[in-house]
Amino acid sequence: MPVPAAHALIFSLLLFAIGMVGVLTRRNAIVILMSIELMMNAANINFIAFGLRAHDLVGQVFAVFTIAVAAGEVAVGLAVVLALFRNRDTIFVDEVHIMKG
Amino acid sequence: MAPAAAVFYILASVALLSAVMVIWSRNVVHSAIYLVLTFLCVAGVYVLLRAEFVAAVQVLVYAGGILVLFLFVIMLVNLAAGTGRRVRVHATVSAVVGCAATALLLYVSASGGLETSFGARTDLSAQGGNLQAVGWALYTQYLLPFEIASVLLLVAMIGAIVLARQKY
Repeated sequence: MPVPAAHALIFSLLLFAIGMVGVLTRRNAIVILMSIELMMNAANINFIAFGLRAHDLVGQVFAVFTIAVAAGEVAVGLAVVLALFRNRDTIFVDEVHIMKG
Repeated sequence: MAPAAAVFYILASVALLSAVMVIWSRNVVHSAIYLVLTFLCVAGVYVLLRAEFVAAVQVLVYAGGILVLFLFVIMLVNLAAGTGRRVRVHATVSAVVGCAATALLLYVSASGGLETSFGARTDLSAQGGNLQAVGWALYTQYLLPFEIASVLLLVAMIGAIVLARQKY
């Protein structure tokens, strides 16, 4: 396949960067969770690309594990968002400063 | 340009554009729709990288399960769209940090000697297809991590139920 390995890695790098900027800048907790999902997707692309380059299946197996962990993470994260909304009536993370001392 | 490469570049650009729209759009529902577009494009990239099983899992779990969960919570929380500021106060600092980290990663990947391209057709799926190969690896060599992942999912499910159940 004529796609250079570096291009797939740069694609995953840009996806990770977009997710990181989303986590760092947005206030909405749901959008922050979506950005974390973007970063996990970027990590998966890296796993699969390096696994293809090394002629090894371990990358794909780890990608499956990452997807399982992402599913658990998003379930717990959205439950936290829900509990936050019930108790504080907001999902904007900079309005939640109970633990800020 | 070979068709596979053209498809890869199209999918990658659509995925990146919709990922930008995920964090750019004010309406959270729009973000969720752009997120599903990103996930589907990434699944296409997985197919091009000869990971058909992971692509199927991506479509089922991400585009099927996680997106429904996101939309469910968005409807449940039901905030008015576009209230208040979109970004945090120190967003400029965060943007500078993000751009610096991206530049660092780009520099490393540019200087790391990643220039070799993928092989034409690897022998990953030579013995009976990708699904059989991944399943064989999952149920023999990686059986213990597989079971631990299932326990992790169970714990996450119980935790989510406990967290979302009641008022504290």
